[in-house]
Amino acid sequence: MSSNLLFLIIYTLLAIATAGGMLFASYLLGPRRNRELKDTPYECGMPILGTARERFSVKFYLTALAFLLFDIETVFLIPWAVVYKSLGVTGLVEAVIFILILAFGLYYIWERGALEWD
Amino acid sequence: MQINWQLVIDIAKAVIVFFGILTCIPILVYAERKICAYIQDRRGPNRVGPLGLLQPVADAIKSFFKEDYTPSHVDKVLFTLAPAMAFIAPALVFAVIPFGHLMEIKGYKILPQVFDMNIGILFVLMIASLGGYGLILGGWSSNNKYSLLGGLRASAQMLSYEIAMGLAVISIIMTAGSTRMADIVGVQTQGLWGTCIPAWNIITQPIAFIVFLCTAFAETNRLPFDLAEGDSELIGGYHTEYSSMKFAMFFMGEYLAVLTMSALIVTLFLGGWYFPGITEVGNTSLLNGILSIFVFGTKVGMLVFFFIWTRWTLPRFRYDQLMKLGWKILLPLALFNIILTAILGLR
Repeated sequence: MSSNLLFLIIYTLLAIATAGGMLFASYLLGPRRNRELKDTPYECGMPILGTARERFSVKFYLTALAFLLFDIETVFLIPWAVVYKSLGVTGLVEAVIFILILAFGLYYIWERGALEWD
Repeated sequence: MQINWQLVIDIAKAVIVFFGILTCIPILVYAERKICAYIQDRRGPNRVGPLGLLQPVADAIKSFFKEDYTPSHVDKVLFTLAPAMAFIAPALVFAVIPFGHLMEIKGYKILPQVFDMNIGILFVLMIASLGGYGLILGGWSSNNKYSLLGGLRASAQMLSYEIAMGLAVISIIMTAGSTRMADIVGVQTQGLWGTCIPAWNIITQPIAFIVFLCTAFAETNRLPFDLAEGDSELIGGYHTEYSSMKFAMFFMGEYLAVLTMSALIVTLFLGGWYFPGITEVGNTSLLNGILSIFVFGTKVGMLVFFFIWTRWTLPRFRYDQLMKLGWKILLPLALFNIILTAILGLR
């Protein structure tokens, strides 16, 4: 089973080819009728108000920032999780300190209201 | 020239597995519509073919022959790429899931898994989050306000749930001591406390199971967390501007995601292909292999039913409730579970 990666590559290429094939087939098979109104964004039939390229709530930005921090900390925990049995109590104490820092960070953004939506 | 039959078998396996899960999509579509109908006290599809069994085929043909319209206000490259990504990513996840016990026929090994990756679970986390890009790109490139909101919701939802999901997976890695999928299943085939009760992670890791189940619903964008789609408030959200097969591919991706998520939950928490008394560990006969695939399929089928059942039972969450659940309940719960697992595991 040395050429393992080959199967994943074949599988991936198959998935990409199927997706591409379906897109191409519907492009070929479908009829084409152009109407002017088809080119306007759908807003339930009402005249369009402004553009969709708007700025949006900073809440999304804060969530993304918080995610970045916590996700990196999650990634750091994975190597420890694999070998934690052989690291013993020392590893456990260190990991718990790390997790507590993580938990404190969560408490902080919670208290500062970064997780509130109103 | 000597033909390497082992290689031929393994390549054929990759092809069969891919088309196998592709075949599951129409079955899931039919199951969803039929179960939904019975929950709502209707009959569901019953016109096309016997018992309406050909309904998904008719749907597929119809979407192929509908007009594939790309409006001029969209970003064309991303608009085409988005449904493809939503379809490819969940299909790829299935490549590392072991769905049966190793079989040996005339010296040839058949392992029911496309690629036995030693970092399998990390691969799953990586590829599964790639699927979110399909929704985000679709929402943004459509240049439509509803789509933009849907895409943003999809991204914020993913950001809120992926951490809890990752942390739940970490506690599973801790019980297995490995990130390889086969090892995670292997740990679950042992008896618990010297009895015949298998040490499935749903029994040894109930908190991680609940956290993972909630995040799985969010990851697949299914009710009660289908805010990115939100038909009644965002008119389809990220796929408002889509038509024809591009539109259908988002749904194929969704059903594939349901299938692979169920397969993942079975592998991580429900013992994979193992069931005490039916499948044996270390038995490489053909019968045992087929039984193990059957056991795996049954478990996945039951979980898929659970996904559908939930969808037609629960109402949609409100947006702030969803964020609150992710950050304020699931995340602390998963962190607590890791410390608990570590302390109990070292005892």
